[in-house]
Amino acid sequence: MPGTITKRGEMMRQYITRRLIQMIPILIGISILLFFILQLAPGDIFSTMMNPHMTAEMKEELRHQLHLDQPAYIQYFYWVQGVLKGDFGDSFYFKQPVTRVINTYIWNSFLLSLVSFILSVIISIPIGVISATRQYSRFDYFFTVVALIGISIPSFYFGLLLIKWFSVDLKLFPVSGMMTPGVNFVGMEKAADILYHMALPCIVLTLSSVAGLMRYTRSSMLEVIRQDYIKTARAKGLRERVVIYKHALRNAMIPVITIFGMWLPGLFSGAIITESIFNWPGIGPIELLAVNNRDYPLLMGINLILALLTLLGNLIADITYALVDPRIRLK
Amino acid sequence: MEAKSIEDVRELATEDIMSPWKLAWRRLKKNKLAMLGLYILAIMVLLSVVGPLVSPYTMEQMDLSNIQSPPSLAHPMGTDEVGRDVMTRLFYAGRISLSVGLFAVVISVVIGSVLGGIAGYYGGFIDSLIMRIVDIFMSFPFLPLLITIAAVMSDWKVPPQYRMFVVMILIGILSWPGLARIVRGQILSLREQEFMQAAEALGIRDRRKIFRHLLPNTYASIIVSATLDLGSAILTESSLSFLGLGVTPPTPSWGQMVQVARDLYTLQMQPWLWIPPGICIFLTVMAINLFGDGLRDALDPRLKR
Repeated sequence: MPGTITKRGEMMRQYITRRLIQMIPILIGISILLFFILQLAPGDIFSTMMNPHMTAEMKEELRHQLHLDQPAYIQYFYWVQGVLKGDFGDSFYFKQPVTRVINTYIWNSFLLSLVSFILSVIISIPIGVISATRQYSRFDYFFTVVALIGISIPSFYFGLLLIKWFSVDLKLFPVSGMMTPGVNFVGMEKAADILYHMALPCIVLTLSSVAGLMRYTRSSMLEVIRQDYIKTARAKGLRERVVIYKHALRNAMIPVITIFGMWLPGLFSGAIITESIFNWPGIGPIELLAVNNRDYPLLMGINLILALLTLLGNLIADITYALVDPRIRLK
Repeated sequence: MEAKSIEDVRELATEDIMSPWKLAWRRLKKNKLAMLGLYILAIMVLLSVVGPLVSPYTMEQMDLSNIQSPPSLAHPMGTDEVGRDVMTRLFYAGRISLSVGLFAVVISVVIGSVLGGIAGYYGGFIDSLIMRIVDIFMSFPFLPLLITIAAVMSDWKVPPQYRMFVVMILIGILSWPGLARIVRGQILSLREQEFMQAAEALGIRDRRKIFRHLLPNTYASIIVSATLDLGSAILTESSLSFLGLGVTPPTPSWGQMVQVARDLYTLQMQPWLWIPPGICIFLTVMAINLFGDGLRDALDPRLKR
């Protein structure tokens, strides 16, 4: 009925608006938490700076400019004021606006995360489905073990093992970086060079997400296969392929979709270690750089962006969930 | 046994009356994978506890005439850059890594179950407040937050021997929200049940109702989730120490011992320095996951195969 559909569409719009409004207090909470955690650090950038050309008066002057001589909560409001205007301050380390630094590196992270995300979806869903339809078969056991290894191995260790075997011993892949230094490839050659550098970090990220996604797909599929409507579909004499891939898979995908939304931002923060092992010029090594150099404006900027991505990911997951499953009540 | 007399029947009945925990243990013992996990875990714990006592070397004993030597009879896993025995350090690192994981989980279980219990029991404003805090914690990317706080704590100049306590408190404080949600969800339905009306009628104090009557009914889920959390806590500690933000030298931890592999020469030429600690992390976490999965199947008969 067209009437119900528009009604649902209207409800959907209200639902999304409400969820967006709900994000505001959470975002404020996160920013307060982050800001005051950094306040717990003793001293500021100037008290640790060893610059012989900088006199105590100059330091005072700079402190005043950056509002560091004000109490913490005043500093917070200055910072929020800037953020609302899109100004996250300047990075101490890069001597550049934080937004520019993030913009330089985040797309490399995005590229790596997206490729490994697509790969893990392509790999894990068919495996999850087959594992469920042939529960307790050799296939199922084999991939249960793979999943177990995937969630149990630390990503840094797996990355180092891959570097040792494939880059150092076999010399099949580059040790680190994103492009071959000193060579200016263009077009397809450049793409191929990036892919070549991306292979190993991609394997590390893909293994860890495949492990989880595969198990979710499997258990969700197992649940659906036992439902009455699947028996009905079989009783109608439909072919097994149609029953599994059309009737069962569509319903089994509903809970898996939620996981997708949570996975996307997780890929960014989960990639921090992997990226830094492979020196992939993404947001991960920059976050560690900011941490090690106590570059607080940059650290705040990156953390806030990551938090925003997480919230958006959860929101997208919930919306998709509501879109594909009409049983969800939008209250 | 076939029942012949009333005594036999009574005997049969008492034989069959088993507490839910005994039943769960019986189910668990049948699960080969879970038991394998338990055995591996027991071996790791045993090696960490007993290893340093039987080793002829101490953790910090240096031998500068015998540095970076490959595995030999005297040093089954070789020596490091100042001639310390790698295997002995591995045992000590096990003590640190396992206890950091364990205490982190204890802290998160205490906070999570108390806050989850309070939120679920009182509902209303208290519930909303606690759950909003949970939302904030959960919508924050875990690793970046951890790295940030760890960096700030490094500036406090905590002496290296106390760093492990900072790390366990930190991981514990950041990982309770998941558990709080689980406990709250269960308490919400438990408090509507009849035994709680009875408790109400008896006029028992709130504290007693929550901690003596409600929370014990959620122990099964708490134990399962705490076991699986132990695996992630050990992984988290190892990542943090690997990045140099967790347990710092001279105190060893498994993750920190892998750190030397960031140097390409060590990575290629001295695998005895970094391969074994990595294997220890992997085996321990895998064993915990196997055991935790088995525990879940055993404690929740609805999921029984």
